[in-house]
Amino acid sequence: MARLSIIVVERDPERALRIVDGLMASGDHAITVISEETGLARRIADQKPDIVLIDVADPSRDVLEELALVSGPMERPVAMFVDRSDEQLTRAAIEAGVSAYVVDGLQPERIKPILDAAIARFHLFHKMRAELAATRAALEERKIIDRAKAILMKARGIDEEAAYALLRKTAMDQKRRVADIAQQLVMAAGLLT
Amino acid sequence: MSLQTLRLGYVPLTDAAPLIMAQELGFAAEEGLSLDLIRLQSWAQSRDMLGLGAVDAAHMLVPLPIAQTLGLGPAYPQFDLVMVLSVAGQAIAVSAALAEAMRARGHGFDFTDPLAARAALIGVAGGRLRVGVPFPFSTQAELVRRWLDGTELAAGVSIHTVPPPLMADALAAGEVDAFCVGEPWASYAVETGVGALLLAGRAIWASPPEKGLVLTRAFTETRPEETGRLMRAVWRACRWLDQPDNRGTAAEILSRPDYLNLPPELSERGLLGRLHVSAAGEVRQCPGFIRFHDGAANFPWRSLAALLARRIALQHGLDVAQAMQAATGCFRTDLYRLHLRSAGADLPGASARIEGAMAHATAVASEKGQMILGPDAFFDGETFDPASVTR
Repeated sequence: MARLSIIVVERDPERALRIVDGLMASGDHAITVISEETGLARRIADQKPDIVLIDVADPSRDVLEELALVSGPMERPVAMFVDRSDEQLTRAAIEAGVSAYVVDGLQPERIKPILDAAIARFHLFHKMRAELAATRAALEERKIIDRAKAILMKARGIDEEAAYALLRKTAMDQKRRVADIAQQLVMAAGLLT
Repeated sequence: MSLQTLRLGYVPLTDAAPLIMAQELGFAAEEGLSLDLIRLQSWAQSRDMLGLGAVDAAHMLVPLPIAQTLGLGPAYPQFDLVMVLSVAGQAIAVSAALAEAMRARGHGFDFTDPLAARAALIGVAGGRLRVGVPFPFSTQAELVRRWLDGTELAAGVSIHTVPPPLMADALAAGEVDAFCVGEPWASYAVETGVGALLLAGRAIWASPPEKGLVLTRAFTETRPEETGRLMRAVWRACRWLDQPDNRGTAAEILSRPDYLNLPPELSERGLLGRLHVSAAGEVRQCPGFIRFHDGAANFPWRSLAALLARRIALQHGLDVAQAMQAATGCFRTDLYRLHLRSAGADLPGASARIEGAMAHATAVASEKGQMILGPDAFFDGETFDPASVTR
């Protein structure tokens, strides 16, 4: 059986590397990574891949849609379609955050292991990305709250514990989050100095 | 009262305003809805999210549900376009190099004359023109073809898909020579100095339908109550958007980081019809550059579905008569009548018309007596009567 030619469109080199690793584990494939959107259509058309994998939220996806339609109904040298062979698999892929463009006529049993591997990798990325965003937001809020506490301690001559208690009480009274109250206080203090 | 949440997908463009205003100004809450607005990055993503049920409704290019209906896309449940969200709002831009050459030959960039702009462009294009559009199935592609087909340049024209936020980059990198896109991305290219605006979309076709509100048929059939509430909320937002005094406010809300995340000064150009055609700040007044309501803009004329379906069928080797018939079925004039009558929408007597027949605003028979339609003429004077077209 001929090796499958796979293109992965991914800007982040580290992510790309991990996807390639995952795909290699699923079989012997010829994998190319494209990391920039410039000339994407031309580069994919030149390569005539069997499968293209791309993040579901990548703006360049619409370029692939065009490639999928590029040739007439009679001849389709690079014609690709979002895989329609297995609805469950397509749904799992999109939910994991990866979309697959598969050359027309490729047997489902050859597509599945590759998509399974891609889905596993993308699942991991999305989880990591969500955790990272949540951690960043939490850190940011922590910093704001610390600054608000410092302002209160200085202005009212109270200790840290009392300053935090004051923030918390105000937040509860106003049915707002502590971080929001802190943010307002820091902003107001900035205006007054 | 607790609100029911619907998830709506939108692509960050000025013409997503009806959905955003429906939520932000309380039109949704009036109907007992809370809209969870999800920003998407591509039209393919919008289609997939709707097809897989990840969103309940989506802001979509008008030709996209037609292409889906004709089988040109993944196998998803049937889509229904229940109302048009916006008409016009596209602009054609050319690269700085082409603009300079056109100016050197005396073109004045008036932004309104399609024949003068076309002649000037052909004069400097050197027989070849690569034009960016946002998606293969888009009103922009229809406008570009209509404008350039049949000219001496036609054989040298190639149309390429470029995501709107990347249009300016593609022009700067020399991947395309010109593009046709919705605001604010045309103005963005002017602002970054890589291009100049040549022509408003509505100079080619006075009423080109641009975006629609699209749901799955499974949703419109099994949840008619929520379908109606969503349509009324969005329809009232559209009506609000076409009161001239509200456009500045709309620009402010749209520009917020949650939505377009651009300076309001940029988003308001299209909304106010005050376009800067060059980085030097030459302003062109273009009243009615984009419409959300007036002239029965929201009515999903079945004749528009037929017109767009015919173009797609010819390009993809499908049977034209079958394609036109299938496409008209996904433009739900019946739901429009059913759900919007109670909101006060005036309803035309017919659900199809001869497209391109009105050079001026024209009064036609409606449920309330008379309604004003149009103008909807094509720049070349052509008309399209779906009843007499078979191929």
